[in-house]
Amino acid sequence: MNGACFRETLRICRRWPDIMAIWKEDVRVEEERHVRANDREYNERFSYADNRIKTAKYNAFTFLPTNLFEQFQRVANAYFLILLILQLIPEISSLSWFTTIVPLVMVLAITAVKDATDDYFRHKSDQQVNTRQSQVLIKGTLQNEKWMNVRVGDIIKLENNQFVAADLLLLSSSEPYGLCYIETAELDGETNLKVRQALTVTSDLANDVARLADFNAEVICEPPNNKLDKFTGTLYWKDNKYSLDNEKMLLRGCVLRNTEWCFGLVIFAGLQTKLMQNCGSTKFKRTSIDRLMNTLVLWIFGFLICMGIILAIGNTIWEQRVGSEFWAYLQWNKFTSNAIFSGFLTFWSYVIILNTVVPISLYVSVEVLRLGHSYFINWDRRMYYSHKDTPAEARTTTLNEELGQVEFIFSDKTGTLTQNIMVFNKCSINGKTYGDVYDEFGHKVDITEKTPCVDFSFNPLRDRKFRFHDSSLVEAIKLEEPLVQEFFRLLALCHTVMPEERNEGELVYQAQSPDEGALVTAARNFGFVFRSRTPETITVYEMGQPVTYQLLAILDFNNVRKRMSVIVRTPKGQLKLYSKGADTILFDRLDPSNDELMYTTSEHLNEFAGEGLRTLALAYKDLDEDVFDEWMKQLLFASTSLDNREEKLGVLYEEIEQGLMLLGATAIEDKLQEGVPETIACLTLANIKIWVLTGDKLETAMNIGYSCNMLRDDMNEVFIISGHTTLEVQRELRAAKESIMGPSREIFSDGPDTEKTDIYSSDSVFEETIISEYALIINGHSLAHALEADLEQILVDVACLCKTVICCRVTPLQKALVVELIKRHKRAVTLAIGDGANDVSMIKTAHIGVGISGQEGMQAVLSSDYSFAQFRYLQRLLLVHGRWSYHRMCNFLCYFFYKNFAFTLVHFWYGFQCGFSAQTVYDQWFITLFNIVYTSLPVLSMGLFDQDVNEQYSLRYPNLYRPGQLNQLFNKRKFFTCTLHGICTSFILFFIPYGAFISAVRDDGTQISDQQAFAVTIATSLVIVVSVQIGLDTNYWTAVNHFFIWGSLAVYFAILFAMQSDGLFNIFPNQFTFIGTARNSLDQKIVWLVIFLTTVVCIMPMVAVRFIKTDCYPTQTDKVRLLQQATRRQGPQEQNLRRVRRTSSRRSAYAFAHQQGYGELITSGKNMKVTTSSTSTYPLSSPERCPGTRGAPDETTTEAETNNTGFKREFDQNQDVTVEDLEAR
Amino acid sequence: MMASSYSAKEEDGHHSGSAGLGDTAIRTRKPDNTAFKQQRLPAWQPILTAGTVLPAFFVIGLIFIPIGICLYVTSNNIKEFEIDYTGTDMSSPCFNCSINHSWNNTTPCKCVLAFSLDQPFESNVFMYYGLSNFYQNHRRYVKSRDDSQLNGDGGSLKEPSKECEPYRTSENRPIAPCGAIANSMFNDTLELYYIDPNGTRNPIPLTKKGIAWWTDKHVKFRNPGSSNPNLTAVFQDTAKPINWGKPVYELDTDSENNGFINEDFIVWMRTAALPTFRKLYRIIQKKNSMTPTLPRGNYTLEVTYNYPVRSFDGRKRVILSTISWMGGKNPFLGIAYITVGSICFFLGVVLLFIHHKYGNRNNSSDIPN
Repeated sequence: MNGACFRETLRICRRWPDIMAIWKEDVRVEEERHVRANDREYNERFSYADNRIKTAKYNAFTFLPTNLFEQFQRVANAYFLILLILQLIPEISSLSWFTTIVPLVMVLAITAVKDATDDYFRHKSDQQVNTRQSQVLIKGTLQNEKWMNVRVGDIIKLENNQFVAADLLLLSSSEPYGLCYIETAELDGETNLKVRQALTVTSDLANDVARLADFNAEVICEPPNNKLDKFTGTLYWKDNKYSLDNEKMLLRGCVLRNTEWCFGLVIFAGLQTKLMQNCGSTKFKRTSIDRLMNTLVLWIFGFLICMGIILAIGNTIWEQRVGSEFWAYLQWNKFTSNAIFSGFLTFWSYVIILNTVVPISLYVSVEVLRLGHSYFINWDRRMYYSHKDTPAEARTTTLNEELGQVEFIFSDKTGTLTQNIMVFNKCSINGKTYGDVYDEFGHKVDITEKTPCVDFSFNPLRDRKFRFHDSSLVEAIKLEEPLVQEFFRLLALCHTVMPEERNEGELVYQAQSPDEGALVTAARNFGFVFRSRTPETITVYEMGQPVTYQLLAILDFNNVRKRMSVIVRTPKGQLKLYSKGADTILFDRLDPSNDELMYTTSEHLNEFAGEGLRTLALAYKDLDEDVFDEWMKQLLFASTSLDNREEKLGVLYEEIEQGLMLLGATAIEDKLQEGVPETIACLTLANIKIWVLTGDKLETAMNIGYSCNMLRDDMNEVFIISGHTTLEVQRELRAAKESIMGPSREIFSDGPDTEKTDIYSSDSVFEETIISEYALIINGHSLAHALEADLEQILVDVACLCKTVICCRVTPLQKALVVELIKRHKRAVTLAIGDGANDVSMIKTAHIGVGISGQEGMQAVLSSDYSFAQFRYLQRLLLVHGRWSYHRMCNFLCYFFYKNFAFTLVHFWYGFQCGFSAQTVYDQWFITLFNIVYTSLPVLSMGLFDQDVNEQYSLRYPNLYRPGQLNQLFNKRKFFTCTLHGICTSFILFFIPYGAFISAVRDDGTQISDQQAFAVTIATSLVIVVSVQIGLDTNYWTAVNHFFIWGSLAVYFAILFAMQSDGLFNIFPNQFTFIGTARNSLDQKIVWLVIFLTTVVCIMPMVAVRFIKTDCYPTQTDKVRLLQQATRRQGPQEQNLRRVRRTSSRRSAYAFAHQQGYGELITSGKNMKVTTSSTSTYPLSSPERCPGTRGAPDETTTEAETNNTGFKREFDQNQDVTVEDLEAR
Repeated sequence: MMASSYSAKEEDGHHSGSAGLGDTAIRTRKPDNTAFKQQRLPAWQPILTAGTVLPAFFVIGLIFIPIGICLYVTSNNIKEFEIDYTGTDMSSPCFNCSINHSWNNTTPCKCVLAFSLDQPFESNVFMYYGLSNFYQNHRRYVKSRDDSQLNGDGGSLKEPSKECEPYRTSENRPIAPCGAIANSMFNDTLELYYIDPNGTRNPIPLTKKGIAWWTDKHVKFRNPGSSNPNLTAVFQDTAKPINWGKPVYELDTDSENNGFINEDFIVWMRTAALPTFRKLYRIIQKKNSMTPTLPRGNYTLEVTYNYPVRSFDGRKRVILSTISWMGGKNPFLGIAYITVGSICFFLGVVLLFIHHKYGNRNNSSDIPN
């Protein structure tokens, strides 16, 4: 179900521009939406979109005309259509109509089949989505209806885990206060549950169908838009107005969770839902090769016209000088009587003949290649992540070769470089560290997968996935050391985590930040299980014993305080304040008696930080009853004050968080994804610059920078730009630049650069010469200034001189701006990789967007071009697939242009011999089939399978990637070389047979120098020459290559003889006039001698040139190929694995939730439903019941299990009391 | 697909377990481990190394040079004699004919050219006529024919293809054979006489059959109305080509060589590739192995001059030639083979030198990283 919906979104998003276009036509601009519940007649007046989704373009009848119309909008197809029309003019037609129509029809047919298949699947999935069932309230009863029949204004009922069918206004739900929980992963990529709450008036309707059927309110709201987090509207009911906001909306694409049922009023349906509106127009990305190809095709057109003009002039002159005298044999038609007019006609005739220099099959072949390369990416097992069952996916099939040209990678941090999994790794309690493993000699042991884990089996409530290797901590717990106990008690109490217990003992924590989750989970495993909470209590199972603490206050986290505290009353009546926070902050607030401990702990913190761990310091304080009462009063007063509430609270919090007693510190590992440092090292060696753009704080970002080896201690300098004003930022950037380049170079690139190319070249030369390593770290607010027009140049300069660039605290928009900046200034191919909704903008902006799938949500993946599960696969995607794709595509294009020039330009040379009359050299059938039958498959198989260097070597020698970045394999120069090669080949192809045929006769004296034998000889030579040439270009001869190359030759001869057979001639004497030519010419030794000579003369110079190139000026690739060949002969070698060790000894930072905590929501009790239901299923096996539930007898529990709803009602009432109490406070 | 986006929280607990069990019921999306999909197809990976390239050059050189010499020698052994009878020169016997003649003349103009052969011609001797500056390969010329008509199609006989314009109809009757090619058929008559040392003129028998390709004669060209041996009746409603002196059914008296299957006509209809060409006219069969077919001595060529070429600076020649296994005299191929062979050999030497001096023999040591 879920997958299907994901696919739906994906599909629709891809097709969005089309849908928009269709949709815009028939819907006028809506300014305000009026929806009356349960009143279809009223709502139909406005003709809102219904809930049917139609992404399919065609139906059975419109397919052919629509599809053809679309196809002829493409320039290439239109061009060939025009050619076809030209060919129908007999005066011009130098080729029969079929020479163009056969390839054109084939190309159109292939595309049409592809479009039809796509559309068929769209129809199918449209159908699937549209026929999903939902319960709709129609005429007072709930009826099952298909999704597509849901109308705006209907009331529909949703059940748990169902997809929301349309954008609904939540009316009522099974939960108290009309709350309901939704998962919005499909919408914004966030997996945590969100709460929606209905209006009180409507939530009273509950599930009373009769009352819901009578519900006749009218909603007036905003027109459809794409803002997911905003909704404004008003509900009019019974003469009252109620304002509506986003908190009351359930959007299509969400899934209802933890809520038994809910009712909603359809506000937007189908294409007008926010999900559909939000798909946005996906920018059509093209590769640089694509653009180059288009330019080249234009050049070829130009070339074609030049050729045409030359030959037309030739024709005019010939007609005047020779043709007019030849009149007796060749009378003019009426209109060809004029030599100039004849030249004009000849021009068009030659345009038709020479049109094959722009090969009709080029675009189709390129598409086929890219599709093939995409499949290879999809099929790659080494990019398949088995834990999540996620293979890599090439979601765009048009960008593959650009993967071989990437120069800049912009990476998100969280979830991309890191797993976004926090693991409680080490701790320091009362001056003693835990977490390291020592062997019998007291040496520290590296922790690997095999290191034995601590056995937590004493704890039935443990989290089975939790791993800890140091058993001394468990021993300490078992010995009941008070401080250790206090440490974990703190972790179990001081947080804002919500527990959820679906089955007995199966606790799931809903933590706002993964750090907190990790800490609470650690406490849980060490025997301090945070089990449930109510707004006023926290129940912890301490070593199996339930203990309920009264929660008196949560002193919540924010970015200024950088700490959080709770004040609890223990069952014994003690008041305690537990606090955790950044070490720097907490150490200032410690009691002076802690100095010594603080010193040791500080040492430990340094040690932890050096290992790249995120640290928190923990402290507690015993509170005096009187002091607390006094403080509490002030707190209540402050919290009700209207102005400066935050500030006043802050002061109060500060006041009580003094004189703390240090307990110790925790160290959490922000787990890097597997292989991240290695991947980064490898990509760096491939001369790819990796920039980290993260929304995280400076400290965290730097921390990750160190742990993935982007920042190192041995770097010359790490520049941190964190100025708050433009001037500051400018000064900092200048200073950075000066210290890299020395002040002398300041003038050089700081000035306004008019001639950018020069700057680029000299810059890049200079960049290469900098041996020292620098890093640049820039803060979000500084970046905002640096991205201004006058600073961006220096930013680019400095950033490109640094080995590492980290931008922290950047907004999604800034991410896109940074990418845009590089795109603009560097003319380099950029790749953005990320996993979350905040990376979407940069993924869309970059040339290539990569989404990490299987992590948070789907948003990034949906907008990406490639997706896979692990950052480390990027290495393979670029260095193997990208490199191969680029290599293959370039070789393919070179060969393709060569082939077509060699094929076509023979006509040019022949023009000089045939009076520029646009007579073709070849048989028309040969012209028709040459590109699509005789020579297409070998080059396609080369383009699909070729490997210059195998994958191991591609990865082992990352600088093999360099040619792609420098655009060396296919550029304008290369194009000229190939076309020149083609022209030379055509020259040889024409003039060697010409020389031989001037006086040639067959060995029985009959003629052979006739046109048809000449044509067959040249055609055969051509096919052999281009086949040999593709053989030379193929580095990797698989069975398929062999089959296609030899097969093409065989097919050529087979078709040649078939086309020139008696049978075909007897049926169509006017079409197959070459009857018998092949038989009569190819049985002649002289013909084969000519073919052999032509082939050798065409091929050998190329062999010599290539040999000299590889022998004297070998490229990196050539060397590696030789090495590869040598090692293959010797047998496989042990692969030297590149291991990157972290070598950092940096004082680290701490980490915490990024936003204001949940504290308020907890104390207000609004989200407590989960808690109450979990209390209902306390383990019966536990020896003693906690005081809080002791009052509830066992019978109640069993009753609760049998009659769940009834029980909950009771609890709801309980909760009502609590909330009322709170409100009273 | 289903599993990937399903709530991670629910999946987490069970995932490792089910993966470890290798539950066959769960279909994973793991790509197949086939050599094709993993791009591990076994392959031959040739590299242009000195070990392969240099021998290739030498081998080609060593093959080409002998072939070339052989071709050259063969070509030189072929005896060929060529005589231009256009009559552009005032002194030429055909001068008068050439200036006076046009298509419309009905009275044949004859001229006689004397020549002598220094060497005897053995074996079969082939007699060609050659035309120069005649654009038989001009597009409008080439397409001006109706193959269907020439193949004996009755419909096309009555209604020739539009391609034949303006030689399609004459006096409202369809032309057979239609088109510019047929219309401009070469119609000089050439006769050869051997002048005995004692002065008698001996006509040399010329065979006019076997000069066209078998496929042309038997497949491509057919007379219409194959059941009707009377060609005159078959061609009754057609007109003769404008330039022709007589209709197509009077080309020869031999019914096997008349109408469309007349071999002179077939040879003409096989248009030449280049503006200078030769076409087989007659074959002089060898008598026996003892006496040469054309002994040394004096000959006369009697030309019935019908075919005007002066208007376009054309030339007409008669060529007598013997034949070898490689066809007629063709010095080009021999020289080309020798040249290419030598160049390849020379290149091989140069490349060997380059390789020795500058070449890269240690391969892997200087690859960075």
